[in-house]
Amino acid sequence: MSDRPVSEMTFEEAMKELEDVVGQLERGDVALDDSIKLYERGAELKKRCETKLKEAEEKVAAITLDGEGNPAGLQPVEGQ
Amino acid sequence: MSDLIDDPTPGLNEPEFSVTEISNAIKRVIEGEFGHVRIRGEVGRVSRPRSGHLYLDLKDEKSVLNGVIWKGVAARLSVQPEEGMEVVATGRMTTFGGQSRYQIVIEDIKPAGMGALMAMLEKRKQMLAAEGLFAPERKQPLPYLPEIIGVVTSPSGAVIRDILHRLRDRFPRKVLVWPVAVQGEKCAAEVAHAIRGFNALEPGGRIPRPDLIIVARGGGSIEDLWGFNEEIVARAAADSQIPLISAVGHETDTTLIDYVADKRAPTPTAAAELAVPVRLELMAWVDGQGARMANALSQTITSRGQRLRDLSRALPRPDTLLDTPRQRLDRAGERLPAALITGVQRRRVALSEASGSLRPSLLARQVATERRRLDNAAPRLAQGLAKAVQAKGEALGRRADRLTLGPIRRELARQSDRLDALSRRLSEAGTRQTGEWRRRIDALDRLRETLGYKATLKRGYAVVRGEAGVLTTKKAAEQATALEIEFQDGRLKLGGGGGGGGTARRAAKPGKPPEQGSLF
Repeated sequence: MSDRPVSEMTFEEAMKELEDVVGQLERGDVALDDSIKLYERGAELKKRCETKLKEAEEKVAAITLDGEGNPAGLQPVEGQ
Repeated sequence: MSDLIDDPTPGLNEPEFSVTEISNAIKRVIEGEFGHVRIRGEVGRVSRPRSGHLYLDLKDEKSVLNGVIWKGVAARLSVQPEEGMEVVATGRMTTFGGQSRYQIVIEDIKPAGMGALMAMLEKRKQMLAAEGLFAPERKQPLPYLPEIIGVVTSPSGAVIRDILHRLRDRFPRKVLVWPVAVQGEKCAAEVAHAIRGFNALEPGGRIPRPDLIIVARGGGSIEDLWGFNEEIVARAAADSQIPLISAVGHETDTTLIDYVADKRAPTPTAAAELAVPVRLELMAWVDGQGARMANALSQTITSRGQRLRDLSRALPRPDTLLDTPRQRLDRAGERLPAALITGVQRRRVALSEASGSLRPSLLARQVATERRRLDNAAPRLAQGLAKAVQAKGEALGRRADRLTLGPIRRELARQSDRLDALSRRLSEAGTRQTGEWRRRIDALDRLRETLGYKATLKRGYAVVRGEAGVLTTKKAAEQATALEIEFQDGRLKLGGGGGGGGTARRAAKPGKPPEQGSLF
């Protein structure tokens, strides 16, 4: 188990650790107390993954450029 | 002389051109004759001054032709001429009278066939490969699930639509489009600028910084795609700190940017597939993990419960566990009274054995023995005492015998002898001393006698005395009332008064000179 707070993890990090947790639980070589702690950690990681998956938001913007070709702002792109 | 002057030289009557006139005439001829030419050659020196015009030389083995491409034409070129490139230039010939030069004004310039273009690309590729820009260790891993995707492409066109469409299918994300020209002269510069521009954005700034870049363009001719073969684009992609997917043209088209990109996608749609995972699959995966986890936990608990039951079955019943000890207790309980009795009996035997030898007669015998010893000893006590007194008396006697007056007397006699001797020596010494002293006194007396005035008196001198003693002067004698003259055989007193005095004086007078005479 890493010490990193789950709430700070990227989707990929949470996913990797969730995989680890499941693997450990399935091997069944963890003490009962520890396996309950692992399960709780796993549940937290699963929730984090689900949250990140729900953040699926489509937002498309085009960068507007100034006279010298440098980005000046954003302009929403609709109906693509 | 005059003959020479007057003799006209043939041709002198031909018209004369000024330099400008002949320059313009030549210009007319050349522009008229070569108003539209196609020239094949190798590009020599190329220069691009700030004016935007492009100057280059076309050459072959023997000749060189100056050329110029005006700014507006240069911007339209799909392939920018480079030194060493085999080209076919289309344009018109013109002269530059100011410098007596002619040149071609190029209206179009194209690589002389695919071979030339590819050879140039190959050369460029080798150069960048030698710099290590294509090295696998330079490739950055793509983020598994990017939050923001930057797309460098034309804002209008099928490409961006395809990408967004595929993203929406898989995993809708935030997308930033950086609009660029995807062909023509501006293409390379704009694409390179866009890649560097995305990298220059601050994370969390007004324009968010993407964590993945897709450089995309649809299919086209090799000339259309040529911008993505330009060195500035390849270098910008290689420098990108943000992972970059290239998706230029169709699957068969490979441009230089594909070699430096962290990942190459065959098409823009494929780029979107590389960029994001499929959301639904992930959701299913997460659910699956949750289920596996729950299963695993319940399995853990079940298997442990089973193990517990197995173990508890293997555990013996408490009753049977206690049987043996209980039996031992019973047996011990039975043996306890017997053991107690045996113990008491054993001690009793020991006691009786001990008390058997403990009888009064034994004690009485011992007492009698002791008394006999006492009785024996008692009479010997007085005897012993007397004997001891006697012994001591005898010892005293022996000691007293040795205590006689003999030694003391002998000592006294010895001391007395010593005393006598010493007294004798003392008296001898005293006698000797006094004798000595007497002899000395006699001697001294004799001396005194000889020295004393009495002796002198025998020689005829006399001593005159007054009342006050010896008189030595006539004057004293005259004053004296009575005189006394001493002679050898006695003293003669002369009566008082003057008579006496006179006598005395007379007596004195003769007294004196002897004294004085004796002195001399």
